[in-house]
Amino acid sequence: MNESERNIYYLRGIPVPETPPPGKDPAPWKKTDIVGTSIPRVDAYERVSGTARYPSDIHLPRMLYAAVLRCPHPHAEVMNVDTSAAEGMPGVRAVISGITSDTDFAWWYSKEIKTKIFDPLCRFEGEEVAAVAAETAYQAWDAVRAITVEYKVLPFIAEESKSLDSSSPLLHPNGNTAKTDKYSRGDVGAGFSEADIVLDETYRTECELHMPMELHGCVASWDNDRLTIWESAQGVYSIQSRIAEILGLPLSKVRVIGHYMGGGFGSKLQPGKYTVIAALLAKKTGRPVRLFLTREETFLAVGNRPPATMQLKAGVKKDGTLTALEFSCIATGGAYPANGTGLVDWLVRDLYLCPNVKTETKDVYINAGPSRPFRAPGHPQAAWALEQMMDALAEQIGMDPIELRLKNIPSFSQGREGNPPYTTTGLRECLSEGAKAFGWEQARKYSSGSKENGHVKRGVGVASALWFAGGGNPPSTAVVKLFSDGSVNLNMGASDIGTGTKTVMTMIVSEELGVKPEMVQIEYADTATTQYATPSGGSKTVPTEGPAVRAAALSVKQQLLSFAAADLKTDESSLTLRGDEVISMKDPLVKVKIHDVTGLKKRGVIVGVGYRGPNPERKVVNPFAAQFCEVEVNTMTGEVRIIRFLGCHDSGRVMNRLTYDNQVFGGITMGIGLAMTEARILDRDQTGKMVNRNLHDYKLPTSLDVPKEMKSLPIEKPDDTANTIGAKGLGEPVTIPTAAAVANAVYHAVDVRMMKTPITPLQLCQALEKGGKEGSK
Amino acid sequence: MSSDADKHECSCGKGLTRRQFLTSAGAGALIVTASGHLGKDQEASAAVIKSGEETKITLLINGKQFQMLVEPRWSLLYVLREELGFTATKEGCGRGECGACTVLIDGMPRYACMTLAVEAEGVEITTVEGLMKGEDLGPVQKAFVEHDAFQCGYCTPGQIMAVEGLLRKEPDPTVGQIRQGVSGNLCRCGAYPHIIDAARRAAEMKKSGAL
Ligand code: FES
Ligand code: FES
Repeated sequence: MNESERNIYYLRGIPVPETPPPGKDPAPWKKTDIVGTSIPRVDAYERVSGTARYPSDIHLPRMLYAAVLRCPHPHAEVMNVDTSAAEGMPGVRAVISGITSDTDFAWWYSKEIKTKIFDPLCRFEGEEVAAVAAETAYQAWDAVRAITVEYKVLPFIAEESKSLDSSSPLLHPNGNTAKTDKYSRGDVGAGFSEADIVLDETYRTECELHMPMELHGCVASWDNDRLTIWESAQGVYSIQSRIAEILGLPLSKVRVIGHYMGGGFGSKLQPGKYTVIAALLAKKTGRPVRLFLTREETFLAVGNRPPATMQLKAGVKKDGTLTALEFSCIATGGAYPANGTGLVDWLVRDLYLCPNVKTETKDVYINAGPSRPFRAPGHPQAAWALEQMMDALAEQIGMDPIELRLKNIPSFSQGREGNPPYTTTGLRECLSEGAKAFGWEQARKYSSGSKENGHVKRGVGVASALWFAGGGNPPSTAVVKLFSDGSVNLNMGASDIGTGTKTVMTMIVSEELGVKPEMVQIEYADTATTQYATPSGGSKTVPTEGPAVRAAALSVKQQLLSFAAADLKTDESSLTLRGDEVISMKDPLVKVKIHDVTGLKKRGVIVGVGYRGPNPERKVVNPFAAQFCEVEVNTMTGEVRIIRFLGCHDSGRVMNRLTYDNQVFGGITMGIGLAMTEARILDRDQTGKMVNRNLHDYKLPTSLDVPKEMKSLPIEKPDDTANTIGAKGLGEPVTIPTAAAVANAVYHAVDVRMMKTPITPLQLCQALEKGGKEGSK
Repeated sequence: MSSDADKHECSCGKGLTRRQFLTSAGAGALIVTASGHLGKDQEASAAVIKSGEETKITLLINGKQFQMLVEPRWSLLYVLREELGFTATKEGCGRGECGACTVLIDGMPRYACMTLAVEAEGVEITTVEGLMKGEDLGPVQKAFVEHDAFQCGYCTPGQIMAVEGLLRKEPDPTVGQIRQGVSGNLCRCGAYPHIIDAARRAAEMKKSGAL
């Protein structure tokens, strides 16, 4: 290969950042050349051509298909399972249930209460009772239908507000309270007495289901005592450790691979019973087994955002000073301890300056599927309450809602012990810059004008947010390998759940080494071959993995410079990397091509290992946000049309503007679902069963439900205190304020408060019927 | 959507659409063609063969013929993915709710999960694999890459086929037509704004012949 051909590996004329001495933290990037640009995803080809192999696409030789029989009752005891007919059916290779000998493994939704893979006591509709492996998926389902189960049907409770009534059946021996949490600072009583205005309202968000497009499931295959699992998962190591623990296997005997995955939103952080069942069936048959749930099963058994009823009392002075917030919430994580109230009071505690705050949350059991973390657990619920309350308070004191928020912006985290400061907060800019970009003032006036005529009213609304986490943390290890021709391999354990992790990490390597992004090969999400990583959740993957990847690339650079120094007989601190050369900063004639560096040639590769350092002490890394929207309300039909949305986010450094904007729009879209259409409906009086367990009756936003105009305005403040890449998380904050912003816009349009999600035409018409405050604007 | 199209979808009972899946002008006429074929074949085979018994069919997929034995109850989606290995076409629900399985049947976007394999004889089936020229992407795929029109990518092959079908009928669609055209394809990641941009871009690329 000649010299000019080798140059295809390198970006020309890009100055790579300075190389710090070994062991020293790199300086923050000043100007970046790759990071922050808009580049298409590095795995885009695979995703649009269909060559990306998702776990549900895995087809192994002699693979069987599995299907699960689930309890049709919300509460029942399995008295007997008769699988004899099923076993004799064509194509059926194994049937397992609670009465077969080889299924006695523990399961837990959280460690407090242990149950079994096939537990005789079914506490929610959809608990696993038996499973089949057969030659085709159709045969597996034939066999499932041929299993007869004798149930003792028990009384159920499907409403969390009645869960603690003495007449309600107990789900667990210790009663139906899963947990109660309390928090308090200052003196809310004193705070309310100082206030000029005190409002007290009750809000509710309905249960929302994750519904990633790829169903939940896996393929399991044994080689003697070694188990390999291809799972649609947000993190391979978390699947590995849990499965190893359940099956009593050493970690080295469980390999989990999770290259591509079709969405999780928190519901695929952990394995499911399906993972264990697939492994058990594979063991029993001696053949690989694929078990993916049906869409209907995913409505019942793989998590949700818990419904929450929230009472919020707030006091404010005429000048906009918040004096007290008192919040109580009853929510349910379903039939098992599943943190139904996790973080649901966090925004009340932390988002706005307020000296007196008291919260109490209660998680109760009902006979319904256990929750799993769902994109910013607790936060969209709390935003629905708090952000509508802020709007109402602003109106009462005759202040613009943005101004009221701007008056109460904290620079430190009041919800945490010792009030540690945020490393950075862009909340003020999110609100003020966002308002400018949105044309808030004009839109607010113009919309108010629409009240005079016609039955279609316009309104604009705003809501802001922070996200509890989003700073990332150790551990994370990454390995960068420089090949002898100068191209690169990056090895990391993290998954790319659709957030563009692989692309962002490639850009970091590219930035540091000057190598073209397309010359970086990635090996990821495989417990056998890639480095340890925690699952992708909490909006922490970029700030967690990014610094480790940067450190690994730097280590390669340091080694390369020191090998080159030996070749050039000079001091390595005088050398730098430029394109495909290592060159002296003092004398441009002193240089060597990377592929000619002896140390690299001798070894074949240079391997750099990078670790994630600790977070700054006594500081909090949080992303912040404000979202703005405009709606049109048809007062005759109760329909709401969302006309435009602006997402204004401070997530530190923008790593890739293209994927960043996509993430913002995606979060808003999901928030629109929570606001407008999504709700699990349980037949709470008659059967306790879920009645809208399909995507026709449980409506996700379609292309027609999102506004034509969606904009994203990053408030880019590289957070150099937070970590060495200056980025904070984005995936969750983008969905926190959305629903509340819509509700506030609806209120602005028609003067009625939507206290409950979803904002259905029925709810809106009923509220309009009751009437808002006439002529108040 | 024309009332014509509505009528045909109802009467053919193929459960093709969710929320006005087919939208472009002239869609009605094409449905007549597609359902004409499908209807006939269904009558010919459905009554006589039991599940479990296999019947020999020939499918025309991406311009190639595939002869095979199928159970009459097998969906086209199942056969594509599990029997033939065309795994670009995804399963998101298996019952006409999500659009992940969208393929073209005689140029029209259809849900492969709502079409039986035995019904799909004698029609032209196109999957994402069929938009490729060797290892090269087709224009709609390229536009999806350029505009980052996906996140997890699971709904993407279906979205691409919906856009491809739309552009074959309506080479220069408005944003409204695009929104309608992909409204039968759910994207939980919410990549819709970028999908719409990509569809516009693909229309331009197709027009200028820039492949
Ligand atoms: S898989 Fe066919 S529409 Fe969902
Ligand atoms: S890209 Fe994930 S569902 Fe559309």
